[in-house]
Amino acid sequence: MSRNVYSSASFRERWAAAWRSFRVATWLGWQIESNWTDPFLFAVYSMVKPLASAAILVVMYGVITNGQFQHPIFPYIYLGNAFYIYVGAVMTGVSWAVIDDREHYRTLKYIYVAPIRIPAYWLGRGVARFLTGSFAVLITLAAGVLFLHVPFHPARVNWPLFLLSLTLGVVMLALMGLVLASISLMIAHHFFLIGEAVAGALYLLSGAIFPLEVLPPWLRPLGFAMPITYWLELIRRSLLGDVARGFPTLSGFTNGQLLGILAGLSVLFGLMAAVAFRLCDRQAREKGLIDQTTNY
Amino acid sequence: MSADLAIETHHLGRIYTIRNRRERRIRKEIVALQDVNLEVPRGELFGLLGPNGAGKTTLIKILTTLLAPTTGWARVAGYDVVREPQKIRPRINMVSGGETSGYGLLTVRENLWMFAQFYGLPSREANRRIEDLLRRIGLADRIHTKSSDLSTGLRQKMNIVRGFLTDPEILFLDEPTLGLDVNAARDVRQFIREWMDAHPDRTVLLTTHYMVEADELCDRVAIISQGRVLACDSPEALKRRLRREALFDIEITAPNGLTAAALEALPGVRKAVLSDADGGALLKLVLAEDSALPGVIGVLTERAVRVRHLTKREPTLEDVFVELVGRPLAEEEGRDEP
Ligand SMILES: Nc1ncnc2c1ncn2[C@@H]1O[C@H](COP(=O)(O)OP(=O)(O)O)[C@@H](O)[C@H]1O
Ligand SMILES: [Mg+2]
Repeated sequence: MSRNVYSSASFRERWAAAWRSFRVATWLGWQIESNWTDPFLFAVYSMVKPLASAAILVVMYGVITNGQFQHPIFPYIYLGNAFYIYVGAVMTGVSWAVIDDREHYRTLKYIYVAPIRIPAYWLGRGVARFLTGSFAVLITLAAGVLFLHVPFHPARVNWPLFLLSLTLGVVMLALMGLVLASISLMIAHHFFLIGEAVAGALYLLSGAIFPLEVLPPWLRPLGFAMPITYWLELIRRSLLGDVARGFPTLSGFTNGQLLGILAGLSVLFGLMAAVAFRLCDRQAREKGLIDQTTNY
Repeated sequence: MSADLAIETHHLGRIYTIRNRRERRIRKEIVALQDVNLEVPRGELFGLLGPNGAGKTTLIKILTTLLAPTTGWARVAGYDVVREPQKIRPRINMVSGGETSGYGLLTVRENLWMFAQFYGLPSREANRRIEDLLRRIGLADRIHTKSSDLSTGLRQKMNIVRGFLTDPEILFLDEPTLGLDVNAARDVRQFIREWMDAHPDRTVLLTTHYMVEADELCDRVAIISQGRVLACDSPEALKRRLRREALFDIEITAPNGLTAAALEALPGVRKAVLSDADGGALLKLVLAEDSALPGVIGVLTERAVRVRHLTKREPTLEDVFVELVGRPLAEEEGRDEP
């Protein structure tokens, strides 16, 4: 009886710690992300970056296909690229706090000795990047619809499917970010952009800008193992409807099956994140990496 | 294992393994701590005195759950540092001197408020404490300054306030006055002392390589060198060990090839340390009794070394350190003691 009371109290305590870690980290992340002396410059920068990378893609597409912007593969690519912004933003947002706190602010050890839940803190630090990332996605979509005839009709969008997929996908990306954050604990040096680097490597493996069939056969299984592949497919289907089914890769799966796969892979990444954090946390404490800065 | 102990270590040791960058098989082992056994009761201001590289920071890192020991065990607030860090963390806090940490884009208040939030302190209470502590340490007028605009010394004061802000049961201060000027260091020492007086049930473990700091501030001091604790007692008791002996400081002209070893070979000379001084040298002697002095003077005269000034003095912790380790505590350190 008394044991029960104790464990429920410690359970509540843990959630309280996780919640305040997340909340305060979100506040801090936003302070850092929005730390532009000129808000106007901040807004311009947030717009220019995604638009520039979309423009590069569009020009390349135009050159390669001789300007076939009416072909159904164009919205496929355009949407894949736009939503792929989330991959880099969320994974980097969650994982880069480790190195930022350790190398730049020199606060990682103080955060570590505080009674918080470190993974919840990292997730919170990622929220700001998620928000600026959302802004970038929106801008890119708007540009596509307004200037490039990407077919988008609010009445035809499957909103419930879209919102469900988006949420599930962001959670999945955050969990992948946690895996990278744990790994960052172990790498002492200034590998700031682990999130962007992994995002870049997976760009070609996740069907963002071409179907997996284009990949050499030995690389394809990797694409099928990536939850991002299923997530992008769901996003396209929810926004474009039938257009997306014109592509062979995942056309055999129903929406429900895709959601199931995405949820399953997310759970898997959740478990991986938990295991990775435990292992890396222990290793970092054994090797004394928590406050080791590059110029040690 | 007693409930009254804030800190307890048992044969605690730490070895760092350094791998060669190119050839990972080549390893070097550095013994940073060795067989450390300490018991610090609650309510004590405990000092760890030792030169650079003695292992002080390593010990603090182990006790604050940042670093695992390689041998032995340690308990803080009764909990094991390796197995129960989550139990320890709400009860402790930590400050390292000589570094500029903090979020430069936040103000002093925001930095401190944020850390208070991590400990679940209600905002109103946090702000009350922040104002109070900043006033006590002499930083109240900077509360709205961005911390990147603070000088290193003021930033360190902010960092020290961060440690006290959460009212920890056990507070670890790693060289809190390192790099501070004389006045700021005095402010900080006074701040620590006053806080301890106001919170008699709190425990502070402080490391330092300033002898005066340990002497002035601490209830008990452990003297640490090369990873080993050589003695542990109150500053008074440590010095009392030497009181039976006679301590002389002799300012001399150039030593003309005289060595400390030659002097130590004389009957009744326990320890002799020679160091350069303006236009001559300073000879510090620990003698078994006063009657050994004429022998030393005799040797000086033989070498045509003249005595400029001779004082007999009370032992300091520095003498205790020299007696235990065989060399002065921090002859290379730049900062003058106040
Ligand atoms: N991360 C590390 N890797 C390798 N050696 C280390 C590391 N940290 C400290 N040392 C070594 O361990 C010894 C003790 O260091 P430290 O605990 O920092 O001493 P102190 O704080 O008393 O100056 C020194 O010889 C130091 O060079
Ligand atoms: Mg140190």
